[in-house]
Amino acid sequence: MKKTLLACLILSFIDFIYAVNDDLILEDKFPKKLSSFSFFQDNSAQFPSDGVLPYELISALFSDYSYKQRWVYIPKGVQASFRQDEVFDFPVGSALIKTFYYPIDERDLNLGQRLMETRLLLRKENGWEAVSYAWNDTQDEAFIKKAGKTILNEWIDFNGDTRSVRYRVPNKNQCKECHANNDAMSPIGPKARNLNKVFQYSDESINQLTKWMKLDFISTVSEELNTPVDWNEKNHLLDERARSYLDINCGHCHSSSGAANSTGLYLNLTETREKHIGIYKKPVATGRASGNLKYSIVPGKPEESILLQRMISTDPGIMMPESGRSLSHTEAIELIEKWILSL
Amino acid sequence: MQNLLLITLLVISSLSLSSKQVVLGPSSDSQEEIQEALIDLEPGDVLTLKSGEYFFEDGISLDVDDVIFEGSGINETILNFGGQVSGAQGLLVTSNGVTIRDFAVLDAKGDAIKVIGADGINMVRLRTEWQGGPKETNGAYGFYPVESKNVLIDGCVAIGASDAGIYVGQSQHIIVKNSIAQYNVAGIEIENSFYADVFDNIASHNTGGILIFDLPDLPQQGGHHVRVFRNKAINNDTDNFAPEGNIVGEVPRGTGIIIQANSEVEVFDNDIYGNGTVNLSIVTYGYETEDENYNPHPKSIQIHGNRFGEGGFDPDVETGELASILFALSEGDMPDIFWDGILPTSQLILGQPDNEKLVMSNNGDATFLTLNPIKYMLPFFDPVERDIAEYDGEIRPLPPVVLN
Repeated sequence: MKKTLLACLILSFIDFIYAVNDDLILEDKFPKKLSSFSFFQDNSAQFPSDGVLPYELISALFSDYSYKQRWVYIPKGVQASFRQDEVFDFPVGSALIKTFYYPIDERDLNLGQRLMETRLLLRKENGWEAVSYAWNDTQDEAFIKKAGKTILNEWIDFNGDTRSVRYRVPNKNQCKECHANNDAMSPIGPKARNLNKVFQYSDESINQLTKWMKLDFISTVSEELNTPVDWNEKNHLLDERARSYLDINCGHCHSSSGAANSTGLYLNLTETREKHIGIYKKPVATGRASGNLKYSIVPGKPEESILLQRMISTDPGIMMPESGRSLSHTEAIELIEKWILSL
Repeated sequence: MQNLLLITLLVISSLSLSSKQVVLGPSSDSQEEIQEALIDLEPGDVLTLKSGEYFFEDGISLDVDDVIFEGSGINETILNFGGQVSGAQGLLVTSNGVTIRDFAVLDAKGDAIKVIGADGINMVRLRTEWQGGPKETNGAYGFYPVESKNVLIDGCVAIGASDAGIYVGQSQHIIVKNSIAQYNVAGIEIENSFYADVFDNIASHNTGGILIFDLPDLPQQGGHHVRVFRNKAINNDTDNFAPEGNIVGEVPRGTGIIIQANSEVEVFDNDIYGNGTVNLSIVTYGYETEDENYNPHPKSIQIHGNRFGEGGFDPDVETGELASILFALSEGDMPDIFWDGILPTSQLILGQPDNEKLVMSNNGDATFLTLNPIKYMLPFFDPVERDIAEYDGEIRPLPPVVLN
């Protein structure tokens, strides 16, 4: 009896320690240290606290070959609601947590990793706010970096080659550059359609949307989700892979409500007008980034397509996306090249 | 009386309590210091940069409403982006009610100063420059407000942009004045915008001086209500160095002013000379478009009281089609003012409504050339018409732009 009581006490104590700090999510000021939120039981191991659920997207944004781990937190007793083709409408107090890291050696992930930053999107009373925390050298704490930070990193890739990156932790304003939708901050990834896949949880392997329903994170989703494909899965149709890649990498700005809507180039999955997807579309305010080419996409001619050339470039005056990339994404360049050839 | 004094004191002290001035000087860590200060500003605050040169590897940005970001002079406070390795522009502003003034942005890898989606942006006594002279590798725009309202550009200098020195796109209620644009492809360009006053500027040694353009397939189009007055669009003699693909890449060297596909444009009291291709062109958008909402034709254009000088003496037949067509049509006798004469099909037959007709009055001895589209389509007729007097008419002045 005594033992049980003690166990209960210890358990509730652990629960107390590892519960997410709900009040801090809502506060105006951000704490200096990431650990203040208690999103993780173990910082270095990135082991989440109770109620902090990992998730994956079907296709992900390229960020200089960094790996990403994502978690969602929704306070007890409230739910996110489904919106067709949009991100879930998360309740006040929710948090989206994303850690960027590089493995030491991509051939053997057991050799460990270097954590770069953890980005937070916090759903406050007045809407979403974004902030990033950069990990220290000892990898046991991450500190707020409002003005951003440059981190030089090296890793060994799948081929055994040493790669290096000038990794940029974005500043607070740069978060908005991509996350602004109709002038308000918004998450990009967690749309129902991007989550519609099986995930290996610690206790079971199950579709993420089913899991979210089991946990009462959400109550319904539509049957018709326009689910994208994993652009990296070669068994899918070329057109689907290419459009999925462009959707998650470009479509958040390049849509009629995104930050790049002034360009008239719309690469979100639901855009169907050829001219707005870029086919024989003339540049508007592209300047030297046009690279002496006349159209965003010339069917059959990737070498004459501005879109591909801006994916290849690493010159800040030419490259796309404008921030968050300093390396070329070789595999995606091959994909988009093949796609333009096939048009 | 004492009460009033007390209240006044309270108001003054509360004002000074609520806003602060942050002053920074050059340091080895300017990038982070200035960016952090810009993020930490609160409405009402001022960030002041002392004289000196500040070096950046990344772009910087401002997203706080109602603040002032200032230097200590257009030649005193230098923001140098020559070593930039990331960021598509030097300075980005995304908030409302911002004043930026008294500094220079040099050698940005992309655009120098971009303002997007702002309501209320004052750009005063700023300079944007690429120091290596006109080069295709220079950034596209010096001043680049887009999708903004209540835009003021006053006393600014724009040099060396590979697209436009001062470019206002898809915006409304705009004043560009007292500014100098030199050695850009386009000096000053107002594109897909409504209610713009462009006056007391000097646009010289660009490829083209002042461009009033409208393009299809964009969220805001149908540019209208633009007044261009008391400017000097002179000696625009720089070879076109814009990368191909851009609309300004078609502008021939030696263009004073071009009006394309806008309505309600009034050009008056300007000095326009020294432009080797043509001092003033009024043209239709030259490409096919499937955009049903787009009107490619200029209409309700009024040109009056301008002083035209020497022009058309060195037509740039290498760039675009305009100069070579005009050279052939005019048999080398280039006009001061050219209108391509192209009308919507319905108006070819029924004629143009009076209020849409081109009006030209009191332009001294300016010469003119246009094409009669009916004669152009028929054999044995000379389509060239040169009588400017036919376009004389009453001027309906456009209302001045008022900024909020």
